[in-house]
Amino acid sequence: MTAPVNLNHFRQPELIGKILQDLHDFQRPVSFMEVCGSHTMAIGHWGLRKLLPRNIRLISGPGCPVCVTPASVIDELSRLKGITIATFGDLIRVPGSRQTLEQARARGADVHTVYSPLEALELSKQGETIFVGIGFETTIPGIAHTVLEAARLNLADFSVLVLCKLIPPALKALLSDPEVKIDGLILPGHVSVVTGTQAYEFIPDKFGIGGVVTGFEPLDIVLGIKKLTNQLGAPQISNEYSRMVSREGNQVAQAMMAEVFSTGAALWRGLGEIPDSGLQLRSKYSSFDALAKYGLNITADQENTACQCGSVLKGKIQPSECPLYANTCTPANPVGPCMVSSEGSCAAFYKYER
Amino acid sequence: MCLAIPGRLLNKVDDSRGTVDLGGITKEISLVFLPDAKVGDWLIIHTGFALQTISEQDALDTISLLQEAYSTAKD
Repeated sequence: MTAPVNLNHFRQPELIGKILQDLHDFQRPVSFMEVCGSHTMAIGHWGLRKLLPRNIRLISGPGCPVCVTPASVIDELSRLKGITIATFGDLIRVPGSRQTLEQARARGADVHTVYSPLEALELSKQGETIFVGIGFETTIPGIAHTVLEAARLNLADFSVLVLCKLIPPALKALLSDPEVKIDGLILPGHVSVVTGTQAYEFIPDKFGIGGVVTGFEPLDIVLGIKKLTNQLGAPQISNEYSRMVSREGNQVAQAMMAEVFSTGAALWRGLGEIPDSGLQLRSKYSSFDALAKYGLNITADQENTACQCGSVLKGKIQPSECPLYANTCTPANPVGPCMVSSEGSCAAFYKYER
Repeated sequence: MCLAIPGRLLNKVDDSRGTVDLGGITKEISLVFLPDAKVGDWLIIHTGFALQTISEQDALDTISLLQEAYSTAKD
């Protein structure tokens, strides 16, 4: 079977080396944030941080949906009896205050890992089922479609715990923080497939910095960084992932999100409440709202006071600057949100940069 | 978590569902966000939903522009 795009094109050492050589001629100290957890993983995997000159600093942003989901969600789900929990695998090992959902399953709770939210509809035909709806714009359209299907099929035993979050309002909040110093953004590849690059056009105008949507191969990322250095002083939003991303995004998906959800404030673990960054079901779909149906109370977590994840998520410090990092806080025993998922800034740093 | 993987559309069950080949694994996916997808198209798929067709031409254009800029073509 032929591939859609020969990825070897995007892994050519000679070409990547020439762009890196160019970057080594660039003298100004700058900090660029990779917003997306998959970019954090790719940068670590390909060892790119070590190949860049010291004056170009890459900092990891808040783009890991599991990391920014309050741990109180796990406690609230764990206390429910006789109800099936359907969740993406990413969430299953996240510790609540007493246990993970995986441990709850080992103790008899009916917890299912699903690949698609549509699988939760099938489970709900056997009994009351909550789908744990975490994710950014890449994932939200599929959850919206699942809610519409539940309505069409009149599935009274299906509900969704809506924990979806939106990236552009989070970037707006982050860039509005006077303590955050970022010179450019490496914007998420697959969130942008849905939103299009248009979703970020406010950034150069309002904050005076540029951004580049790019893919996950080493050439994609190095090229994105080169673009950001070129843009300093003339910020814009560039698209270096045009093989998948357009300016408009997927408008069918956007329309379905808007049909099912309205926007409101959301609680981001490590960052606090961010206006307009969350979603709730519109009133015509409120019968599928697990929060109301089961009286779930998702509150801000009482984090370990020494945990520096808030500063890590804002790019103020590197994970290794936190006193807990690789000490009491490890991927096996995560203390803070950035260590709970493999895509979290601290977990990726622990795996690739130690 | 926003990982999305490429797959080639093998057939369409109807406008909203199709079967894709994911590197040898055949799986039914939703085409609800990509109703115009054609059999043979390469799609980017996330949690069982096709989100976009992949443009090989765009990828090749990016590479050839870069190669031109950095003159890496082997003579």
